[in-house]
Amino acid sequence: MYRNLYDTDPTTWSPQGRIHQIEYAMEAVKQGTCVVGLRSKTHVVLGALKKAQTQMSSHQQKLYKVDDHVGFAASGLTADARVLASYMRTQCQQEKYEFDEALPVGRLVADVGDRSQANTQRMGKRPYGVGLLVAGSDMTGPHLFETCPSGNYFEYEAMALGSRCQSAKTYLEKHFKTFKEVSVDDLIMHALKALKKASETADDEITAESVDIAIVGAEQKFKILSNEELQVYLDRLASEVTAAEGGEAPMDTT
Amino acid sequence: MMGEWSSGEGLQQHMQSHGSVPRPVSNPPMEHRFMPYQNNGGTVFAVAGPTYAVAMADTRLSSGMRILSRNTTKCTQLTSKCVVLTGGMQAEMVELHKRMKILITQYEHAHRREPSVNAVAQLLSTRLYFKRFFPYYTFNVVVGLDEEGKGAVYGYDAIGSFERIPYVSQGTGAELVTSVLDNQIGKTNQTKQLEPLDKTDLIDLAKDVIAAAGERDIYTGDYAEVYVIDETGVNKSKVDLRKE
Repeated sequence: MYRNLYDTDPTTWSPQGRIHQIEYAMEAVKQGTCVVGLRSKTHVVLGALKKAQTQMSSHQQKLYKVDDHVGFAASGLTADARVLASYMRTQCQQEKYEFDEALPVGRLVADVGDRSQANTQRMGKRPYGVGLLVAGSDMTGPHLFETCPSGNYFEYEAMALGSRCQSAKTYLEKHFKTFKEVSVDDLIMHALKALKKASETADDEITAESVDIAIVGAEQKFKILSNEELQVYLDRLASEVTAAEGGEAPMDTT
Repeated sequence: MMGEWSSGEGLQQHMQSHGSVPRPVSNPPMEHRFMPYQNNGGTVFAVAGPTYAVAMADTRLSSGMRILSRNTTKCTQLTSKCVVLTGGMQAEMVELHKRMKILITQYEHAHRREPSVNAVAQLLSTRLYFKRFFPYYTFNVVVGLDEEGKGAVYGYDAIGSFERIPYVSQGTGAELVTSVLDNQIGKTNQTKQLEPLDKTDLIDLAKDVIAAAGERDIYTGDYAEVYVIDETGVNKSKVDLRKE
């Protein structure tokens, strides 16, 4: 279609006022495996479905620690995620060095946005092909942000990115109003259930190897749960599922 | 300048070189020198044990014959098993410790674990050498537990030459401290080999040693920070020293 005339590089507008290269980059984000983020009054939880290329290979890393108070989950080109991780880490260290303080999450995300935007307005550069769910805690409380290849960023109470994220989003939309008051443990359970919804359609197994959870809060440094810690929640998830299947309560089919 | 004469050269020389009547100069050329370094005094030392290490650093900050502060630290904890102590110039120490902390964080991001004491020791050496031609005026000691759980102590010079040794001292009271440690721990002057000190005795000895340094070194005193690093981690406490 005519769209193809205006999509060669990010320095060309289409007659409809769009830059197709940026939109194509956002498609790349949709190709990554599902990641979810949820926020309560005190904590933020990130969840990710990790993919293994083959049975023999390791699962691809999805969660990245940026500093003690912030980290992110990435969906899209992993290499771009690593580059952004490196940039964000440098920004955080710079803030510590100059001002002896933790870089506020909103400003960090704005820095990522500005950097991403630069790649949308330059010959010879391409937009980043990765979307981040940035979870952090600063003096204004816990925050969850989404960043886009376009350079835009948005704050959320709950969000999901990546392939089959709509199922996860539907689950989150149903429950997010309760997230404010729940405990960290319950928040993690919600993250796992949202991920389960995304994985169900592809019949993927949720195991301690194929899933990652990270938590961060005012008193909680950014931490990616170990396999042992994760297994506790997965066991709880499994028992809740069997209870729902075996018991009188109907299964949540939304 | 033609015709102008400073006090730096004789009249005859001036006449010869310039061939004209000299006039007095209001601003003779003067060499200005900026002295970037000062020694803020103080003493640090560390001793390695079989499964622990003990380190001490006084907290007095001096300049010339004045005390600027009785309570400033000379130490920074870099990992759960490692502390760096620095004598010399405090401004350099602050900068160096800041940079070390950033480097440790970068290591942890890349490796997803803490660096070993050995790695930290090597890191400090290379960073000091980067400033070979405008050195950090710092005299460092790195202390911690190595990968086998044994006490480790490393001593440095200002440009990064370092080695792992059983004990070391740096700072204005270093000679006083080293003499005592040579006698009590090195025991190289003794033929009879006595039992090595256990942890409590070593800590007591260290406290006595820093107090002794405080007696005779005017730049050492006020308080001393005590670091005991063992399998439980880094344990920090403070003791009083002479205030004068």
